[in-house]
Amino acid sequence: MAKKTNFSSASELKALQKTPTGIRGLDEITDGGLPKGRTTIVCGGPGCGKTMAGIEFLVRGALEFNEPGVLLAFEETPEEMATNVASLGFDLHDLANRKKLFVDYIPVEPSQIAETGAYDLEGLFLRLQDAVDRVGAKRVLLDTVEALFSGFSNSGILRAEFRRLFRWLKDRGLTTIVTAERGDTTLTREGLEEYVSDCVILLDHRINEQVSARRMRIVKYRGTRHGADEYPFLIEEHGISILPVTGLQLQHSVSDERVPSGVPDLDEMLEGKGYFRGSSILLSGTAGSGKTTLAASFADATCRRGERCLFIAFEESSNQVARNMKSVGIDLQQWSEKGLLVHEAWRPTQYGIETHLLRIHKLIDKVKPQSVILDPITNLINSSSQKEVHSMLVRLMDHLKSAQITALFASLTAGGGALEKTSEGISSLADTWILLRDLELNGERNRCLYVLKSRGMAHSNQLREFVLTDTGVHLVPAYLGPGGVLTGSSRLAQEAREKAEARSREQQAGRKKQELDSKRLALKAQIALLQAEFSAVEREAEEVSREYEEREEALECDRRNMAKSRASLQENVIELQAAPGRAD
Amino acid sequence: MRAKAKAIKSSSADILDLRLYIAGQTPKSLAAISNLKKICADYLDSRYRIEVIDLSKNPALARDHQILAIPTLVRSLPVPIRKIIGDLSNTEQVVLGLDLQPSESKRSRTWSG
Repeated sequence: MAKKTNFSSASELKALQKTPTGIRGLDEITDGGLPKGRTTIVCGGPGCGKTMAGIEFLVRGALEFNEPGVLLAFEETPEEMATNVASLGFDLHDLANRKKLFVDYIPVEPSQIAETGAYDLEGLFLRLQDAVDRVGAKRVLLDTVEALFSGFSNSGILRAEFRRLFRWLKDRGLTTIVTAERGDTTLTREGLEEYVSDCVILLDHRINEQVSARRMRIVKYRGTRHGADEYPFLIEEHGISILPVTGLQLQHSVSDERVPSGVPDLDEMLEGKGYFRGSSILLSGTAGSGKTTLAASFADATCRRGERCLFIAFEESSNQVARNMKSVGIDLQQWSEKGLLVHEAWRPTQYGIETHLLRIHKLIDKVKPQSVILDPITNLINSSSQKEVHSMLVRLMDHLKSAQITALFASLTAGGGALEKTSEGISSLADTWILLRDLELNGERNRCLYVLKSRGMAHSNQLREFVLTDTGVHLVPAYLGPGGVLTGSSRLAQEAREKAEARSREQQAGRKKQELDSKRLALKAQIALLQAEFSAVEREAEEVSREYEEREEALECDRRNMAKSRASLQENVIELQAAPGRAD
Repeated sequence: MRAKAKAIKSSSADILDLRLYIAGQTPKSLAAISNLKKICADYLDSRYRIEVIDLSKNPALARDHQILAIPTLVRSLPVPIRKIIGDLSNTEQVVLGLDLQPSESKRSRTWSG
């Protein structure tokens, strides 16, 4: 199961082989696990979790890597151990029954032992050998081997035997954890690190301003790269969780998918599509500028798509948020009931910063949300220093990005502080930064919103007025007046003015239309009159021509009659000529 | 003087049950065996039983009997159980550790001498 380190291929043959511990986070900071077949010292003060770490190493090995283990307990009986780790969900009895684990309790009682002459600890070796043979162990935990120093007075012999023991373990290729109490000036009280020089892990449990924090540091890891920082860790119901700074590498897969913001007007400002899935969104603004409402809109939109949303509130209880959001028409209750929205609220001062981070991590693991909202991150500062908060947020953003979870962080800008600055200093890490601000004008405050940046999209550069209505959030284009941007009642006044102007324009147009209408009607009447005249003239013309025709006809007729009558006259003349003397 | 103060009981309850744990025939083990035999002979006459247990032949016994150091001498009777580790080369410490009293012959010798 050992993993090669990522060194160049030339040295790969000699590269140190590693045994994954299975402890969350430890394998990441050790770049693969503990040195295979070698001994690692886990040291620290009382109650720092040495034994827990060791037992988890054995249990994970047995359960996840099929590497049985042997536990030599010098301080606690197997029963006590089993009870102690039962709270972490480890069943030592079951593992022992399945021959995955062998526990040997070695009580060291100084009072019972007298020493005369030379001796060695061959009995310990025999027992260890026997235990290893019984389960075919690959892993060994010696907890806490230093107890032997209280049982045997001849430290010269003991030291020689320790040297022999570590050599023995190495020869057999057993990956071993040795727990040891931390000394005042040395890493371990008895200087065990002299014998074991491959890997030393230091656990620490400190109280800072009444808040406890556990930390782990790899003091030494010969032959491999490893994280050198102090890493916070927690002992919780599923074992130890260490938080490595996973952000050492910037290799997230990115999505082209867009997720609506829950406010259609805001989507419109972001190319009409909304945020990128898996991006980090920062909402910063002064008090009461509507951060939570915008966040709730996003939660609502997420759940509306049937996706899960994790809403972590540091200021208001979940009921309070739900009630408040109802007033702007966002019903978060329904999503909570359907199980799509998981609303968690706790005080920022409740834990140290690492515990916050771990809790968030755990919730994310449990809920598996597509969106995470933190409202507001600003208060976390109270529980830690700015640097720590920054590093926590970097780690969180990193985790969320690698899991393709869209994250929305609300950040409160302190009054009087620079607007384009967040106290957590994470603005550079956010992909989309939406700034909410109050504008004071004419005796009122109004909310304004603008998209300061949004990586990878052509976002709007406009300043919009942010209006909360009982049907959700609306963004109204702000008016630019002579005195600057007009919002609120100035905007309303401006709107009214424009409305009045529009009305008068409308009235004017109406009047004009009426005028034209009447003119048109008049013309129409004129046309009718002319038409009537025209037809009268036409009729007259017709009559004239008919009369003329009739007259012509009559004349023709007359002519014909005349002609006829003339002809008969001529006949009479002829007749008269024929009978002269008769006429004259 | 000590022997005089304490009355000697020669009942069977006085018999010492001794177990010597060794691991193979190492020099330390062999030295322990011979040292033990000598001390017993000097101090106990026949009031003892010695059992030599070679743990290399039965390692599980080391666990059952909670043995770490080799060689280990265990006085299982009379109670309380006492453990002495080492090659038993320091007779005085062994005598003290086992809470031994000199045997009768020795005592008489001491008495007379």
